[in-house]
Amino acid sequence: MSIPLSWYLILSAGLFGVGLYGVLARKNAIAILLSVELMLNAVNINLVAFWRYLDPAQMAGQAFAIIVFAVAAAEVAVGLALIISVYRRRKTVVADDIDLMKW
Amino acid sequence: MTAEQIIFLLTGALILVSALLVVTVRNLLHAALWLVVALFGVAVLYAILQASFLAVVQVVVYIGAIAILFIFAVMLTRREMRDTGPQTRPNWWIAALLGALVLTGLIVIMLAVPGADRTPAALPEGLDTVWALGNALVSPEAYVLPFEVASVLLLAALVGAVYVAGVGKKS
Repeated sequence: MSIPLSWYLILSAGLFGVGLYGVLARKNAIAILLSVELMLNAVNINLVAFWRYLDPAQMAGQAFAIIVFAVAAAEVAVGLALIISVYRRRKTVVADDIDLMKW
Repeated sequence: MTAEQIIFLLTGALILVSALLVVTVRNLLHAALWLVVALFGVAVLYAILQASFLAVVQVVVYIGAIAILFIFAVMLTRREMRDTGPQTRPNWWIAALLGALVLTGLIVIMLAVPGADRTPAALPEGLDTVWALGNALVSPEAYVLPFEVASVLLLAALVGAVYVAGVGKKS
């Protein structure tokens, strides 16, 4: 174990930045959800790295990562259900075109 | 440079390259497959960090369930916008700028964390991380309440997803 903590932090910052770009730039709603997954994974890397480097006897970091897993699964299930439902009615997956609730 | 550092650098490069491909590649099915590669790289990182349970959960839940769900959704909606039109919004450069800004900001903040250049101590003698994690998740002094709340959230999300996506008799 000779890897400095900062390497993990820089890697997760990079992953988060790439995910943020994807969320803001992609048009396809499914691609936006894919990028959100990248950001959630960046957060999880940080949580687990801090757990390992600061206090491995306390399981707080890993427990929080497990809860992030559950929330990610819920988010994907609901998000993809919404996208498929919208696609069925309006034949589009472009986030800009789904503006029914805009006024 | 030790073997562990080389493995970390290779895995990190793999994660970043496949993440970039996820957000830039044109065919969404390929983007979903590149997401699988990135998630697998993260699982390798968990293994390096000695979080063995999380490494397995990452493969089983993220790759086995979430990525497959994405592939199903792409297949169900794929006729649209695969070959025609741009894949990114016209003002994508603002997004790239914002991403780079957040990236540099995060790196500056992270490197200011006290002890950012430390290397980890060995795990305490006799600590079984899987046992400790399982114990923490069901122990009333630890995280049983957040754990149960997460279960209820997952159940509610599944019921909601079935209702929203189902081909029911709703108008």
